Amino acid sequence: MLAYAIRRLGLSVLILIVVMTAMYGMVFLVPGDPASLALGPRATPELKEALRERMGLDQPILTQILYFFGNVLQGDLGIDVWSKRPVLEQILEVFPNTLILGVVALGWALVMGILLGCAAVVWRDSWADRLLGVLSVSVISVPSFVVAIYALIVFAVWLNWLPAIGAGEAGDLGSQIRALILPAFAVGIGWVGYLARLIRASMLEVMEAPHIRTARAFGMRERDIVFRHALRVAIVPTISILAVGFGSILSSAVFVESVFSRPGIGTLITGAVEKRNYPVVMGTVLFMTGFYLLVVTAADLLIARLDPRVRDVLRG
Amino acid sequence: MSVLSVEDLSVSYRIPGGRLRAVRDVSLSVGRGEVLGIMGESGCGKSTLAAAMIGLLPAGASVDGGVIRLNGADMLRLPVDEQRRLRGQSVAMVFQDPMTAFNPVLTIGRQLADFIGAHDAARHNRADIAAMLEKVGIPDPARCLGRYPHELSGGMRQRVAIAAALLMQPDVLIADEPTTALDVTMEAQIIHLLRDLRTSFDGAIVIVTHHLGVIAELCDRVAVMYAGEVVEEAAVDALFHDPRHPYTRALLSCDPAVVQPGIGHLPTIGGRIPDLSALPPGCAFAARCAMTDATCASPVPRHRAAGRSVLCHRSKA
Repeated sequence: MLAYAIRRLGLSVLILIVVMTAMYGMVFLVPGDPASLALGPRATPELKEALRERMGLDQPILTQILYFFGNVLQGDLGIDVWSKRPVLEQILEVFPNTLILGVVALGWALVMGILLGCAAVVWRDSWADRLLGVLSVSVISVPSFVVAIYALIVFAVWLNWLPAIGAGEAGDLGSQIRALILPAFAVGIGWVGYLARLIRASMLEVMEAPHIRTARAFGMRERDIVFRHALRVAIVPTISILAVGFGSILSSAVFVESVFSRPGIGTLITGAVEKRNYPVVMGTVLFMTGFYLLVVTAADLLIARLDPRVRDVLRG
Repeated sequence: MSVLSVEDLSVSYRIPGGRLRAVRDVSLSVGRGEVLGIMGESGCGKSTLAAAMIGLLPAGASVDGGVIRLNGADMLRLPVDEQRRLRGQSVAMVFQDPMTAFNPVLTIGRQLADFIGAHDAARHNRADIAAMLEKVGIPDPARCLGRYPHELSGGMRQRVAIAAALLMQPDVLIADEPTTALDVTMEAQIIHLLRDLRTSFDGAIVIVTHHLGVIAELCDRVAVMYAGEVVEEAAVDALFHDPRHPYTRALLSCDPAVVQPGIGHLPTIGGRIPDLSALPPGCAFAARCAMTDATCASPVPRHRAAGRSVLCHRSKA
């Protein structure tokens, strides 16, 4: 198990290096000089040269990459060209907002997905099952920023029940929760449908298994069979999907955070891209890639925890 | 007094364009301390019959007629929840494949506790479960409770399955091909275990198998099924020494254990079982039977004599 965790970690570092090198290459392929763009059309050549030097753009690309990795190893993700603040500090400032949004969105989607997926299995082939099927596909098909805009119009503008923008007042938990409801709804709704479909399919397969017949033959209640025995088996393949899903949730957060003007990784990175604030773009991408790899690794370890057969294979 | 009795039971499966009649007008009964064997080749309806006895027919199957009585109660007409309560408590089942019969992600102890908890959470504790595991020959039962199914061998899992079935002290134990999925040494051990059980278990036992050795070793009485019908029923000794129905005779002569050495081939019964969705009139075995004549196409009489019944035109009980 430990050897497996270490192997996974090594692989993650390798992926990070590949991602960062690709990012660096991209910056150089995109037309336009970051320094000129940053300073505007009226900057003198001397000013531009000074900024280029400060950003390290006058060095050969390989030197720049090595320099960058060296800094990353020391926990330095670079300095914001505009505000002169360390990039890591800015990321850590807004990351909790995005993390909470992602966790709450995926959390409510998972709870709803499990309940609806199991309901579809219990009432298999009934009109309720079919209705859930149609609704699931509908909510999967609608992009989260569209849901966000409609939710904003209905609940914030027309009904005025919930705040339209921001992440709530600092220190005021109530306002923070109220500010979280609409974005989490918008990000999670598609996942409710997706997870409900996924868990339904997984459950239907498990419910045909001989061990479910054993449980029935021993007189277990159908409800206990579904939630205590079948779900434990059916949830395992769902976990790796959830981990991958967390990545896609973070990217849909980019749009949803923009719609709700909610401070977060999404607003940070879109702002930085607009201003060609490369250190911030690179640092944020590196941070999110690292975080994502951590989530995927954690999911694999969780699967090993839940399925003793996987655990034994890993133990060798 | 019979604990479990089946009267004129018919079960069919819904298939495209008709119904597949898997069990036809079967009547059987088994009393306390008695072991009934249900024997037949694949597709004869014996497993469907066993599933009906515990009220767990697969999807698409339905009872067309007949009665199943458990301690006198009409099982099929009980409310669903009452039926569920009887399962595990009054009638318990051991399945064919111990490899897949347990939930792969829950420990043995957790599963057994859940089975008991479905009926009476208070009555049994871990020590009782461990004692029952010890009784069926599990070494170190306390450790076994903390293990997952894949960590046990097939033979051990089948022992656990038998222990699970006995935990609630049911009136009837149904074993559907309990040794078929095991290798030969394991099979012998499970047969011994079931034979030892006969002395300590006071309920009725029903063993469904195609294995003549299992029948000979364990059963008091045996019902031979063919194409969904019980074609012959008799005491085990009488059936093995003096089979009356042509199908029983053919089946016994195919047993590798009785084939004369040196004949160079294993005998088989020519032809195949009839299409259960389009049965011929009269005797279902007629097409494969050496004794067939014109009368065999008419409805078949059941002959009864002391402890025996035979469904045939040409043979008497």
